[in-house]
Amino acid sequence: MSPASQTSVEAAVAPDAVLDALEAEAIHIFRETAGAFRRPVMLYSIGKDSTVLLHLAVKAFAPGKVPFPILHIDTTWKFREMIEFRDRTARELGVDLLVHTNQEGVKEGVTPFTHGTHEYTRIMKTVALREALDEGGYDAAFGGARRDEERSRAKERVFSLREPGHRWEPRKQRPEFWRTANTQLSEGQTMRVFPMSNWTELDVWRYIQRENLEVVPLYFAKERPVVERDGQLIMIDDDRYPLKDGEKPEMRNVRFRTLGCYPLTAAVESTADTMDDLLAEMLVDRRSERSGRLIDGEGGGSMESKKTEGYF
Amino acid sequence: MATTKTADTALVEHPIVRVVACGSVDDGKSTLIGRLLAETESVPDDILDYARNTRRSGSTIPQGEVDYSMLTDGLEAEHEQGITIDVAYRHLYLPSGRRAIIADAPGHEQYTRNMAVAASTADIAILLVDATRGIRPQTHRHLTVCALMGVRTVIVAINKMDAVDFKHVAFEDFAGGVRSAAARFDLEDVVVVPVSALTGDNVIERSTQMPWYHGPTVLESLMQWLPARAEDHDAIPFRLPVQYIVRADNFRGYAGTVVAGSVHPGDKVVVNAKGATTTVERVLVGGQDVKEATSDDAVVLTLETETDVTRGDLIVAPAEGLAEDQYPRPATAFAADLVWTGEEELRHGRSYLLLAGSLAVPAVVTAIRNRRDVVSGEEMAARTLKMNDIGLVEISTDTPVPLDPYQLSRDTGGFLLVERVSRDTVAAGLVRHALRRAHNVVPHTFTVDREARATLKNQRPRVLWLTGLPGAGKSTIADALEGTLHGMGLHTYVLDGDGVRTGLNKDLGFTPEDRAENVRRVAETAKLMADAGLIVIVSLVSPFRGDRRAAKGLFADGDFLEVWVDTPADVVVERDPKGLYAKAKAGTLPNMTGVGQGYEPPEHPDVTVNGAGEVADAVAQLLDALQVAH
Repeated sequence: MSPASQTSVEAAVAPDAVLDALEAEAIHIFRETAGAFRRPVMLYSIGKDSTVLLHLAVKAFAPGKVPFPILHIDTTWKFREMIEFRDRTARELGVDLLVHTNQEGVKEGVTPFTHGTHEYTRIMKTVALREALDEGGYDAAFGGARRDEERSRAKERVFSLREPGHRWEPRKQRPEFWRTANTQLSEGQTMRVFPMSNWTELDVWRYIQRENLEVVPLYFAKERPVVERDGQLIMIDDDRYPLKDGEKPEMRNVRFRTLGCYPLTAAVESTADTMDDLLAEMLVDRRSERSGRLIDGEGGGSMESKKTEGYF
Repeated sequence: MATTKTADTALVEHPIVRVVACGSVDDGKSTLIGRLLAETESVPDDILDYARNTRRSGSTIPQGEVDYSMLTDGLEAEHEQGITIDVAYRHLYLPSGRRAIIADAPGHEQYTRNMAVAASTADIAILLVDATRGIRPQTHRHLTVCALMGVRTVIVAINKMDAVDFKHVAFEDFAGGVRSAAARFDLEDVVVVPVSALTGDNVIERSTQMPWYHGPTVLESLMQWLPARAEDHDAIPFRLPVQYIVRADNFRGYAGTVVAGSVHPGDKVVVNAKGATTTVERVLVGGQDVKEATSDDAVVLTLETETDVTRGDLIVAPAEGLAEDQYPRPATAFAADLVWTGEEELRHGRSYLLLAGSLAVPAVVTAIRNRRDVVSGEEMAARTLKMNDIGLVEISTDTPVPLDPYQLSRDTGGFLLVERVSRDTVAAGLVRHALRRAHNVVPHTFTVDREARATLKNQRPRVLWLTGLPGAGKSTIADALEGTLHGMGLHTYVLDGDGVRTGLNKDLGFTPEDRAENVRRVAETAKLMADAGLIVIVSLVSPFRGDRRAAKGLFADGDFLEVWVDTPADVVVERDPKGLYAKAKAGTLPNMTGVGQGYEPPEHPDVTVNGAGEVADAVAQLLDALQVAH
């Protein structure tokens, strides 16, 4: 093929065509799950991926209603703007929102500062999630995880089987042929389902732009109070954050690439305050989004070990 | 310009191209994929840094240079063993704007099943051959699996050309061998590229070391790909497996993904390729009306006539003007290739669950015709299939199902076999052809028919289907009713749930699928008995509406009366005649209806009797419903 003909081919592939294909695939997975399982639930973490996931769910069942509730695991350390956004979104879309917090952990005073990030994550996220799934008797839970997020995710199934106790056993995962999912469960097994497995971070943002979806404003640059620790910028969202001697929040123009618990989510300096700026910035800054997540950094297979405990 | 136009169309239709990469770590597969990812800027910078600074033991790449093989490393277990044990999926941004999803399949023999998974969705295979070692048995195995799973385009990368001094002669030897091997498999489009994943020659850019090679690089081959047969898209007309029923105010739509052909409002369609033709009213995508939907679109259809369509049904274009194999007439027996994936070997005669699209139906392997040697291609006699074996079998389903030949459609010609206890996927099946069409079995018409038998008995044969919670009083009522009818000189039979489970249905458990099968067999038995002229009283929990609806569907209007024995839950738990609720409460009976599994009460029962009231009242009510004097 000559370079000239390559150029004309290049012009033919609109990014939209890729998004259409990814959307259709995700909708297929949503419908298959809703049809095959008795009590599905959608994990909703308020971030950009959850925003897309929820939008896809709405599209999958239109003109009917989304036939399952959405569940937020609230660690009590989320950014305040996230909680506002969550409640407003559920109201506006008319979806059934469930919020679960590990009360035992709250009583014991578990915070990222007292128990270390690993233990905090285990108690307030992983255990909380297992509690909520068990209490609701859910046999399938949707998540917004993508294979491009992290190295161990590249092998994750779309339909990811969990053994009793929500354990993920890499060697027991089912082979996935074609579009045909084995949605059968034996006693005590449950399924995690990832409709956006084949999306990339860039796809997510392009889709948000194309579908004109609202996201939490924290994704856009704004002057925010931050402190710098170990080279990471942490936004001080309330007065619970224990500042060290001499540490004083300063106003800097920052935004977030991923959202989670505010003490564990690093901001990046940025001036991108519109969607176009944001996409442009992403094409230049080619670090993976998880580089801003403080909980993923511990050891090479940290995500994998969290997953075997039942984390998403 | 004509060729460019073709390319444009294909790219719009195939914005995402799926690739299976076969070969082992020793062949340099990780390095090749890593380089493709890195040089198309498909990996983030911090991951590139990781590949610069992290080394697996035995790596010879100097620190600070990118070790491309590290980019595709995944699970910790694999780090330890230094091999790829599972399929990993990577995203490649092709410069054309097309997306490639690379399924990175393990190369070792014991992972044939994983390779089959990766190949099952692939349009293209990249197959690595080590130039220092030549064509090996695994090369044949990879070609066998790719061809079987329907991959028609193969890019053979003769890798490590740097280690043979980029010699043309070495390449030609292997290329010829590969081509003749590929010819065996009906692979239509085979490109052989001499590369060095390590040095990058002919991966992205044309190599300056191999001026004798004039073909495309690996990347160019991916970008140029077009479906090997343009008409593949039209091999079969419209197919829509129904996944879900979308309900809203005055709206009932059938949701699914179009897997073949196209659909428009006004099109004639047939449900499950049997029965009457109906017309598509609306086609919706994302809740919006559209004029056309094509392959891979996720749609909702509404039909002009009220049709009883459920999840698992297949909506297809009508048979008119189609070749025999383009219309999936429901059949109960198929010849199919199986890729065995289960830990336990294939059991002849055991009932598995066959899943095709959203359809689930019990199925039995009735014959194993042969097992294929994946290296020599030789077909050998076999008594069973073990994990990673590929063989040709005959399989029969409990009910007729509409399946296509796999070579015409992966989606409606591929199926899974699921073991009924572990629920594991034990095989992937590929339909070759139907063996016994349902319409080939024409029931013999006997002189003495149902009416003749009924006349002799001087009664109208009917089925009274008593459904309700365990302990609701179904058997007690059935017993009393039969006593009364018998006393009136009528010919009756009671089919009791517990009774059939000790005999006819003793192979079934209590999962929803097994309950469905239990109900189906009881309904078929009741039908035979009604045919024999009897009044049949069925006493069966039958908790699910769908199962009961299916049972009712076997009978003519008025011949099947759904009777809801309505007894409040607290009364039932109090009675607990068999101690079941006590067991369920103690947790030793997980699938107990009303405790572990839901009971779906009838929405429109023909008769509702009060199970907490007097038995005599219930009997009187049922005698009225049967219109027999009492």
